[in-house]
Parts: sequence; C-alpha cells; structure tokens
Amino acid sequence: MSGELLNKDCRQLREAIAAGRARSVEATKAVFEAINKYEPVIGAYISTFEKQALAKAKEVDDKIAGGRAVGELGGVPVALKDNLCTTFGTTTCASKILENFHSPYNATVIENLLAADAVIVGKTNMDEFAMGSSTENSGLKRTVNPWDTSRVPGGSSGGSAAAVAGGLCFAALGSDTGGSIRQPAAFCGVVGLKPTYGRVSRYGLVAYGSSLDQIGPLTRTVGDCALMMNVIAGHDEKDSTSVGESISPVCNYLEKLDEPIGRLRIGVVPELNAGSDKNVQNAIAKAIEVYKKLGAEIVEIKMPHFDYAIAAYYVIATAEASSNLARYDGVHYGHRTASKADYIEVYTKSRAEGFGKEVKRRIMLGTYALSSGYYDAYYLKALKVRNLIRGDFTNAFERCDCVMMPVSPTTAFKIGEKVDDPLKMYLSDVYTIAANLAGVPAISIPCGFDKNNLPIGLQILAAAFAEEKLLRIARMFEMQTEWHQRRPAMPE
Amino acid sequence: MSKKIDEAQVRKVAKLARLELANSEIEEFTVQLSAILDYMEKMNELDTTGVEPLAHCLPISNVFRDDSIKTSLGTEKTLANAPQQDGEFFKVPKILDDSSGA
Amino acid sequence: MVVGLEIHVHLFTRTKMFCGCALEYGVRPNSLVCPVCLGMPGVLPVMNKQALEYAVLAALALNCKIAEFTKWDRKSYYYPDLPKNYQISQYDLPLGAHGFIEIAVEDSRSKKIRIRRVHLEEDAGKNLHSAGNFSQVDLNRAGAPLLEIVTEPDVNGAAEVRALAIELQRIVRYLGISEADMQKGHMRFEPNINLIVTKDGSEHKTPITEVKNLNSFRALEKSVEYEIRRQLDNFLETGEVMQMGNKSTRGWDDVNEVTVLQREKEEAHDYRYFPEPDLVPVEIKGRWLAKIRTRLCELPLKKQMRYVEQYRLSDYDAGVLTAERSTAEFFEEAVKEGSEPKRICNLLTQFGLKLANEKGCGVAELGVAPKSLAQLAQMVEAGSVSASASTSIFEVMVKTGKKPQILAEELKLIQKSDAAELEKVVEQVLAENSKAVEDVKSGGKKSEKARGFLLGQVMQKTKGQANPKVVSEILAKKLG
Repeated sequence: MSGELLNKDCRQLREAIAAGRARSVEATKAVFEAINKYEPVIGAYISTFEKQALAKAKEVDDKIAGGRAVGELGGVPVALKDNLCTTFGTTTCASKILENFHSPYNATVIENLLAADAVIVGKTNMDEFAMGSSTENSGLKRTVNPWDTSRVPGGSSGGSAAAVAGGLCFAALGSDTGGSIRQPAAFCGVVGLKPTYGRVSRYGLVAYGSSLDQIGPLTRTVGDCALMMNVIAGHDEKDSTSVGESISPVCNYLEKLDEPIGRLRIGVVPELNAGSDKNVQNAIAKAIEVYKKLGAEIVEIKMPHFDYAIAAYYVIATAEASSNLARYDGVHYGHRTASKADYIEVYTKSRAEGFGKEVKRRIMLGTYALSSGYYDAYYLKALKVRNLIRGDFTNAFERCDCVMMPVSPTTAFKIGEKVDDPLKMYLSDVYTIAANLAGVPAISIPCGFDKNNLPIGLQILAAAFAEEKLLRIARMFEMQTEWHQRRPAMPE
Repeated sequence: MSKKIDEAQVRKVAKLARLELANSEIEEFTVQLSAILDYMEKMNELDTTGVEPLAHCLPISNVFRDDSIKTSLGTEKTLANAPQQDGEFFKVPKILDDSSGA
Repeated sequence: MVVGLEIHVHLFTRTKMFCGCALEYGVRPNSLVCPVCLGMPGVLPVMNKQALEYAVLAALALNCKIAEFTKWDRKSYYYPDLPKNYQISQYDLPLGAHGFIEIAVEDSRSKKIRIRRVHLEEDAGKNLHSAGNFSQVDLNRAGAPLLEIVTEPDVNGAAEVRALAIELQRIVRYLGISEADMQKGHMRFEPNINLIVTKDGSEHKTPITEVKNLNSFRALEKSVEYEIRRQLDNFLETGEVMQMGNKSTRGWDDVNEVTVLQREKEEAHDYRYFPEPDLVPVEIKGRWLAKIRTRLCELPLKKQMRYVEQYRLSDYDAGVLTAERSTAEFFEEAVKEGSEPKRICNLLTQFGLKLANEKGCGVAELGVAPKSLAQLAQMVEAGSVSASASTSIFEVMVKTGKKPQILAEELKLIQKSDAAELEKVVEQVLAENSKAVEDVKSGGKKSEKARGFLLGQVMQKTKGQANPKVVSEILAKKLG
C-alpha cells in the first residue's frame, strides 16, 4: 500500500486524499518509513519533523472526513531546503554558523504551503548558504545521488532533489541563484523550475545573491510543478522585489497545462550544446526531435554574450553575497567563538569558525570586487555584461517561444571530483547561469539517461513571466515520453 | 605568470571581510582567487561602452509601505537567538572607541 | 575659518524606515525590534513612504534640485549596533542636491549657505559602554529614518555655525518632519573645520578636522571656537597643511571643553558602496512631487524678515514670533482680522508666550482665538482699554475663553476715551481744585506734582476708567 502511495505524484495523492481513497497519515507514514530506511545512505535531510507531520496529516484527514475544505496541497508531504526560514525546527543553511538558529518567523512561501495544508516533512541539505553545485559544500552532512551513491546529487538544492527522486517526499522547495534547482533536478532525474525573478516572494529565503535568487519547486512531474507554483507564486508586500498584479497577474498554472502550444518555435544554440558531453548532446537532440514531431519549428539563434555569463555571475553573486553574509557575526544570533576575543575578534573568529571554505572564498571574491579601486573593473563591468546577456534573451524571444539547451555539460559527477578546483566547479554552471542574470524562468525536465544510467535534464527557458507557457511546453514533452516515470533503485 | 592578487591584498580583503584566515588558507586563497580573477578578465573582451549597468531585472519602482505600526518581536524573542545577552541587551566585548564606526 | 556641516535629522514618522516597528523613546531595550531591523536571515526592507515624503519636503525647503530618479545603496562596515553590518543609505544619486539655506547674519542681513546634498538612510542602534568588559547593544533605534544634510564649506566662524544649526532646526520643525530636540538626539551635527591662514603673503590650508559627539548648540559653537584656536596653534607650531588622507576625527569632551583625537582617517573605511538589490528605485516627479510641494510653507527666516519689513517689527520680536510655526500663524491670523500688528505682537511676545510656556503648550492652544486677540488689540488701539488693563483681560481670556469685550466690561476695565465726555469731568475737577490749578500754572516742581494730582482726581471721579492719555491731553490744553 505504501509503495503504491509513494508512486503517486502530488496531484494524484491530493486527489486521492480529497476523495477519501487514501489518507494523508498513510502517505506521511510511508514517507517516514522510506526516510528511516534510506536516509542513512542518502542523507537528504538535515532535520525532520515526524511528530508534527503526522499531526498535520491527521488534521487534514479529519477535515476531509468532516466534509470541510482543505487547501490545494491538502495532506501532501513536502520538503523544504534548509535556507527557507521556519519557526519550527532550525534553519541552518547547512552552515555551522547557523547550526542552532531558530527563526522567529516563517518565510512567505512557508506560510503559503501551510495555508495550502501541506504536510512538512523536514529541511533538506544543501551547499552551505547555497554556494555550490554539488551539495559537497554542506557544513553539516553529506548527501548522495539516489541513482548512484558514489555521485553527487547536484547543488545547491541537492537534498531537495535527492528527497524527491528517492521518494522521501512528494515534492520539495529549493532555491536557484545560478542553477541550484535545475542542475540537481537534472542530476537526480526530477523536474525543477526556477521562476521569473520577482514571481515568488523571497521574504524568508536566506539571501545569497539578492538580484539572482528565486525559490522554486522540485517535483516528479510537470503538473506538480504547476500545482506548487499555484501555491507559492504571487506578490508579497514584504518583498519589494516581488512583482504585483499590475505588472504580471498570477494565473492558474494548471488550467491549460495539458494544452500544447500550437506553432511552437524553439530556439537552439548549436555552439553552446557542442560544449557538453556526447551523452548529453544526444539526449538533447533526441528531445528536440520529439518536439519536431509535434510540429515545432526549430530556429537556430545566437546568444553572443552567453560565454561571459559565468564571469559576470561570479562577480555579481559574490559581491551581493559578501554583503548578505556580513550579518553573521556572532553578535545577534548564530555561532560565536568560544575563544577569548576582543570586539573585532568576535567577528573574525566567529566567522572563520562558522563558515566553510567555499563560503569564505566567495565572500573574499565579492569583497574584493566591491572594494575601492576595483568596483568599476569588476562589479560595474559585470552589471553591463548582464545587460547584454538580457539583451540576448530579449532578441531570442522575439524569434522563438522558448530556448532549449542542456542543463549541465555532464551528468552527475563523482563525489570529490571537482571539490578541489573551484574554478572548474564554477565553469560547470555554464548553461544555467544566464537565466538568473536575465531574470527569466527556466525549467529542467528529465529527458534521458547516459550509459551509466544517470539522468539527463533538458532545460527550457522562456521570456519573463511566461511560466504558464513554459510549463505547457514542458508538459508537451512529458506527455510523449516516460523518462519522468523512472525511479532509482534505492540503496539497501 | 603574474598573480592577479597577492598575499598582501588577500590579507587586506580578509580584514575588510572580518575573516581570520590561517596562513595556509591565505596561501591557498591567493592561488585560487588569482585564477578566478584571471578568468574574470574575460569580461574585458566585451566592449561595453554605452551599455547601462543592469542592477535590477525588474521593471518596477516606487514600492512603499504605509507608516503604520506593526507588532514588534518584544525583548525576549529579539534576544532569544543571541549568543550572549543579559535579558535586556546584546552583549559584546567592550568596544574601544566611542565613535559609531561610520 | 571654513566649516562644512554634516547634519543628521531624525524624521518624525510613526515607524522605522524599512519596517513597521514603532519609534518611541524611553521604552524597554530591544523591545521595538522585528526580524527586519534585527537583520535576521532572509528578511527584506520595504520603504516607508512617509519618511520619503518628509525627506523630499526638506530637500524642497532647502531649495534642492529633486532627483527624478533616485536609488538606495549599501554602505558596508562592521559594528555591533549595525545588525546587517551594512547601512542602507544613498550614495551617488541622493534624492536632493545643489540647494541652499539662508541664515541670519549680523546687521539683519542674510547669507546663503549652499547645500551639497540631502539623502535618506537608516539609523544604527545604540552601544552602551557599561561597567566591566562588555558593551551593551540596544537596537530600538536601529532602522529609524535619518535625513542626512551636507553643506558646502561655506560657513565662516562659530556664530554662523550656530545660526545655521538654529535655522535648520526651525525649518524642520516648521515642516513638521522632526521634533529636532538635540538633547533627545533628534539632530546631530558634525562640523568639518579647517582654517585658511595667510602667512608671508601666501595662503595655507590646515588639515580638516571632523568633530563628533556634540549634543547641544552650545557644544557645537564652543567646539568650533576651540578648533579655530587649536588648529591655528598647531599650524604655527608644525606648519602642517591639508593633504590627501590627513583628515582626522575628534570627539568633543563637554566636561573639559576640548576636542580629543579619535582616529586618524587614514585607516579610512572602504564602504564598498553598491546598489541595494532588495529595494527598487524611486521616481519622484509629476503629481506626487507636486502634492508634496503643496505642503511647503513660508520658511521661518523669510517670514521673520517679512515681519520686520511689512509690519515694522523689531528683528528680535520677529524672531520670537517666528520661533515656532504655530505662533507665527496665530499672529498672522490675528493680523488678518485687521488690527495693528505691533500691538498684537506685543501682546503675544510679552504675555501670550509667557502664559503658553507656563501651561506647557503653544499660543494656539491657549484657548484664545486669533480673532479675540485681534479684538483686544483693537480695543487698546481705540483706547477703550489701557495697555496695562489689556494684559489682565488676556489672562482672564485664557482662563475663561470669554471674549475681550465682555471681559472688559465685567472687569470694569473699559476706559473712557471720549474727549468731550472727559472734558466735562476735567472742568469739574478744575473747578473744585483751584489751588492745584494755580500750582500747575505757576510752573516748577510743584507744577508736575499738581498736574499729577489733578489727573488722579479725574481718575477717581471716573472710577479709574478715564483714559489717562486723553485726560493729560485735555489738561494740557486747558492749563498749558
């Protein structure tokens, strides 16, 4: 029974619960059984809330039994990346510096989930402060890829991706600053969406790169992604950068989901695709063929500034991060050094002890880029390059409805393979970073496997606030293929 | 090949960022940061004369809130996560000069 | 000497600049703090519209050009009272720039001091240096809206510094945007001082000193005076002149009345300014700007100078009347009712304000309508009450709220000023007091005494209600 339940996606589960054919308590129990069994190996979660989850599940079941209405995610167990502030449990960002931090408030998206009657399973592992592409930078624990436990789950939302892929929850929330939802989604064979910048409130998302960060869903199906977006998208008065109804009204992303886009024009950038592994290239090419068969027109486009995205990103993101992480100083919350310290050493020692290497590196980089004498050469220059990259997208979307390309040049790499070479790690973000710089939405959907049975993701990008169209385009592929139905053989 | 950033600069940046780095870390970072900054030179291949810097992707301005009072956390909750506090204040080692640091 | 000033003004909004925490004084430490002003992980700032409008109003009053497009920047430095370890401020696009303020200088003239910029920022909390090895941090004030005004170095000497400070205080109070009480820390002044010394035919500039920790106008003035002497002494002794990077910061020691070196600015902060990504830009123009502009009022110094010219009031009196906007407006209302401005001025400056001070309120809250005051003034003008009687009437007006006409009658203070009527009484008195009449006519010392005696008799006969001026005139006419 529990196996059956775990095979459902969110929508199916929610329907079954609402119709009384299944109980949220059973689904939640099944999730925790899986957690007890597989977590010692997978390590997706930093913290779990079994008692509270079961209590909430029962509450939902009782509501339904009593004929009362429940929210859109009624009774569905979901996981949250641990950089989303919650009043329950801790919010650690996988960092020693926040290991015991109890937030006094919930992130807006959390409030939305709770109002939708979701069951919160736990907080998932990540690269420390979302800085990384493999979750190996977590300061607290290690997460492995359910498809091959010697490999990384991707990052920085590696815990969320692994949890969804491994049936340790039905859906999860992650965050994406340079690819941190899409890349782990691709590595773990699940769906991951980075919304348009400003579509989802950032209030309560621990900031990394403020002008780049977005919260988004990781799910097993495109439909679940649409469902999650219905719950989390929308204006928030607590977030000045969240977009209001007048700019772009939020729609019901499920309403027309199964309606294909007629006369679909797909932009491709051959030179870019050529930079990825043969496996990946083949899978992408095959995926595009599927669309061709559906009548889509393939348009070759140029994105001449794409090559500069990584450089621009790592200046802007680290500059913003160096500022956003200045608050972790051992004074008002978080880790404080136990060593003897004067009022300056309280800062320098607490931060040195609390932050991992990658975080320190990025803080250093960002501080340098903003410092006197270097601001124009690095930060200002990067902002100009950013404008050019956005221009590439604007031009592209005049000629096509979406752009398709790989998510990552490779499939999931081995644990430890790139950790010692930060620049190498940065360069693997080549396909995902541009969307964050331009603020456009992008989704990763499973589109194949390599010869090691590792998942490959297809990335689809659309114009700002075109999530509805984007999801429909993704759904078109899903309706024609079965990649998203494959499950990893879980390690015993 | 000359380093993009030298150890002295790394120390200076570490001070600005309030990070106490061990000597081995300083050495390691000097090498790594140099390589990364070298890579960033790539941006200079692009002629950006006349291009406006894009700080915000959003087409919005003038986002405000009303001047109406919202409930604060209260002293207990405010100090709840503080590593050192005395029930009313956050405690830090004595600050030596009186200026506000600005 | 050359002085430029940096002034910080606490804006009188209900809540903080970027969050809804209330702004109150004298409350429990750290009780008015929320996740946003505490700088907790994941929080975001949202602009207080009222604070912005107050700031624009101030910039307009200071004749600034208002930036059509303005934005926020992060200013990074580490300090325990700055929870995020950066301050949200404005760097390269302040909301106002290139303005000026007029201050009063000697001989009733005014001087224009140029304003370089006006911008908004958030305040930090407070550090308290208690006994022991710890400092204590209170974040109640962290995030309060702060207006920063920077002048060009146009101010010469301590007297002008003081005039500028007082004028600014008047202006922000007039606009209703700040209480501007220096003791409460609503206004902070940081003068930047240096001298231009002419020696051996050439000019030498001494290094700039910035002075902090000034809590009163007196401290401000004294510190400037002290710095003039100290810098001159230092120059004569060392010959040190202004160079890149030798600006220093000194704190004012109010007890010993000296400035004390704090830090050489060569360890200058690298603030690493960059655009605040969590806040969108502000566009100030069109209808919104026009609406704010309508809240401008006539500025205090202009008003003061107008009173001198238009109403022929003394500089001093005009200054007293314009010290507070409510007093000035009350005065103008009363004048509108068509009475002699000088008379109304006297009533207000000599009695009205005293009464108001005793009651701890403004003249407008005394319970006397401007119209009533005007009536009272008119009565004095017409001679129906004496000037001294009018003050008693005023006091009772405040107590009872009754109209002056009625009170004058009730208190039997109506003066008889009808010359014809009084002449009859005078004739009667003269007839009854022939000896005194003779004494007056004889001249000399006895004459004045007798004149006074006769006046007194008339007053007696009229039960004190005769207008002594008119009586004197009649006596003079009859007796010479």
